[in-house]
Amino acid sequence: MKPFMKQLMKPFMKPARLTVNWRTITESKLFFPLVALAIILLFDLIFVPRVFRIESRDGNLYGSLIDILRNGSIVSLLAIGMTMVMATGGVDLSVGAVMAIGASVAAVMMNPVIIGLELPPDLMKFINDPQFTYSPLWQVILVTLIVTTICGLWNGFLVAYMKIQAMVATLILMIAGRGIAQLITNGVRIQIFYEPYAFIGQGWIVVPFSLYIVAFLFAAAWLVTRRTAIGMFIESVGINARSSFYSGIDEKKIKLLVYTFCGFCAGIAGLVESSNIKTSDAFNIGDGLELDAILAVVIGGTLMTGGRFSLLASLIGALVIQAISTSMYAIGVPAFALQAIKGIVVIFVILLYSEQVRGFVRKLSTQKGV
Amino acid sequence: MPGSNNTELLISMRGMNKAFPGVQALENVDFDLKAGEIHALMGGNGAGKSTLIKLLTGVERPDSGKIQLMGKEISVKSPAHAQTLGISTVYQEINLCPNLTVAENILIGREPKKYGSIHWKKLNAQAQEILQRVLEIDIDVTRLLGTYSVAIQQMVAIGRALEIEAARVLILDEPTSSLSTHETNQLFSVMRKLRGDGVGIIFITHFIDQVYEISDRVTIIRNGRHVGTYETAELPRMELITKMIGRSIEALDEVSKAKVETQKHTRGEPVLKAQNLGHTGEIEPFDLELYEGEVLGLAGLVGSGRTETAGLLFGLVSPDSGTLSVSGKKVNSFSPKSSIAHGIALSPEDRKEAGIVDDLTVRENIILALQSNRGWFRHLSLKKQAEIAERYIKLLDIATPSLDQPVKNLSGGNQQKVILARWLAIDPQVLILDEPTRGIDVGTKAEIQKLVLSLAEDGKSCIFISSELEEVMRTSHRIAVFSDRKKVAEFGSGVDEHVLMKSMAGGGS
Repeated sequence: MKPFMKQLMKPFMKPARLTVNWRTITESKLFFPLVALAIILLFDLIFVPRVFRIESRDGNLYGSLIDILRNGSIVSLLAIGMTMVMATGGVDLSVGAVMAIGASVAAVMMNPVIIGLELPPDLMKFINDPQFTYSPLWQVILVTLIVTTICGLWNGFLVAYMKIQAMVATLILMIAGRGIAQLITNGVRIQIFYEPYAFIGQGWIVVPFSLYIVAFLFAAAWLVTRRTAIGMFIESVGINARSSFYSGIDEKKIKLLVYTFCGFCAGIAGLVESSNIKTSDAFNIGDGLELDAILAVVIGGTLMTGGRFSLLASLIGALVIQAISTSMYAIGVPAFALQAIKGIVVIFVILLYSEQVRGFVRKLSTQKGV
Repeated sequence: MPGSNNTELLISMRGMNKAFPGVQALENVDFDLKAGEIHALMGGNGAGKSTLIKLLTGVERPDSGKIQLMGKEISVKSPAHAQTLGISTVYQEINLCPNLTVAENILIGREPKKYGSIHWKKLNAQAQEILQRVLEIDIDVTRLLGTYSVAIQQMVAIGRALEIEAARVLILDEPTSSLSTHETNQLFSVMRKLRGDGVGIIFITHFIDQVYEISDRVTIIRNGRHVGTYETAELPRMELITKMIGRSIEALDEVSKAKVETQKHTRGEPVLKAQNLGHTGEIEPFDLELYEGEVLGLAGLVGSGRTETAGLLFGLVSPDSGTLSVSGKKVNSFSPKSSIAHGIALSPEDRKEAGIVDDLTVRENIILALQSNRGWFRHLSLKKQAEIAERYIKLLDIATPSLDQPVKNLSGGNQQKVILARWLAIDPQVLILDEPTRGIDVGTKAEIQKLVLSLAEDGKSCIFISSELEEVMRTSHRIAVFSDRKKVAEFGSGVDEHVLMKSMAGGGS
């Protein structure tokens, strides 16, 4: 268990270890989310040590920790896009609904019969076969992501070019999105039988396949923001839009980009989720997840008002949220009480960010030093 | 108000120490304030003036040192606490509500009531009376505060501080930096009246003339140390400046010498040519030409249209009449982005709001415009960024603990230099500087003026905007005068100061 923890922390601890300065460590965006995660895991270690049990079957790893990572992957995917949106000072409330749209598009493309498409009779008999799909998988994924990216583009257009407040602009699609998702499927919940599609959310290559998707999206997003000037421009616009304008930064294009990317991320999350539950459920897919994603970003230290962001810290934020749920289930908290408990834990985490509390902690630590 | 005994000590600060990470902001600083005196607090940028005031008003807590208020030791816990002790501050940026009336602003929280609701008539009458009695000014208190000039707004803030907060100590933090001469005089007469009433006033300013005009004593702080406290009348001007910058003031004279040599370049094809360029409601159509190696000064009072002209040339707004050409080519799209691509740079008047990006590092702030001109994908490597930033930090002598310090941690003058560095980094053909020396100490001022002239010598063209006439005259080869949102005249560098002033005032009245 311990070597595993070390493994998990390793990439995060490295930059901190280079500088011994206590202040640089505590001011790193990674510090507080990691502390929060550590506290939850410590809690598990004391009360439900079986959470740390990991077994290997057929070369694949299983256990509660793996579940945390796997179940957290949806919010992680959303949080990557949401981080950039929030760094510009905006918010995207529609990601849950866009997930549902994506799921509907994917389901219809694999099984269009349900919406009244006539298939040749020799194909009809395969309709429930786990190897049957109407459109090939690559087309399903491509078209789904195109559609959800267009949803993001729409949000970005409203926010950047129509100058509508982000909360209002994305609320439109949050409400209308689930309606659109139902229109796509003709109001029917489409079951997905196609086996290869199920691999996206349920497959396992040593660790769950969805983790590879998260890792890939994270790496891509990191490269695009930190190996180009885009990340700095996003932060600059979020900190001071007017100064950025005076420096020649195109605020509108930056905003359009982040909302579009956020829609793309929501599309990937929609694919994973619908593959997980093997259905396109316009009402339940992504329900409430926009708030979890926002929370993950906030725990990751990005301000709602915009500015500096850390994608890695947001991912840890997503894990914190998932770890809370998993731990609560593990100690037997009933599902209906979970939200309340989550709220309490979240308050605690957010308090860690309050300048008041931080100042207090700093004072204590310096007093100890003297 | 406690009596007019002029020797009574209101405030006594002894051995004040305050350190911030990496810098000792104050070291054993003493400060006294008597009742019924105007005490000027002077020092360069980052000298520690603001820190001293922050200790007195409870924004920051001292590391050590004693503060006494009328002989009793106090520990100021917060700005609100300072107010209850009778220590009030009026900032340059007024913290009142511009969309409430003057009367509401004065009496907010103390509104006279009638049958449980606000007694408007009485409210207005009381406010009127307060302004007349305390400040001897007579204005319509039922108008919205925001419709009045900054000077009046400051006086309203002072009125509120004195009457409602019963202030005995009044701190005026650069109150005159955006006021016209007339408004400044108005404020000064109020200050004199208050001095007569026994109020102690701490007056922070960069204007040396004003120190001599109004203050009784002056305390000078340099590099966090107390240089000395003097009777203003007995301290020669040159000595004051020398004490502030710690070296003699010959630097300013060198500026004028540098200019003469550069005057040879001036003609040929204009680098920047505006014909009948204008924008309704901001600036009336004007003609303007700027030549290679030339510094063009824009003179005029605050609100005369100088800043609007700069904005138009930089593409902040699109003109609705006329044409602009750069090196003979007509400009078709107006935006900062396209101006930067044309080699035009603007260092804006409003450093905090439109200049720095405060959470970004010094390095990022310096390369921001260069990077935006290169686009999203032609990314400057961190190494290259550090190289560029280091070069300009050296060139402009920017005082920062490191490249990766958030720029908000720097003093005002150094932030201004960071913005200059940002524009120098794009190697502009035309550099527009709007009030580049506002709120900056004399030493840095001279550095910036010299920089402008050396740029001109290298063949760059500059537009130099300043409220300080003497500064415009010293740095410019030609001066365009604005008044009432119109360009009214143009002069060569040898123009007489009085002629200029007449032309600045002449437009409307």
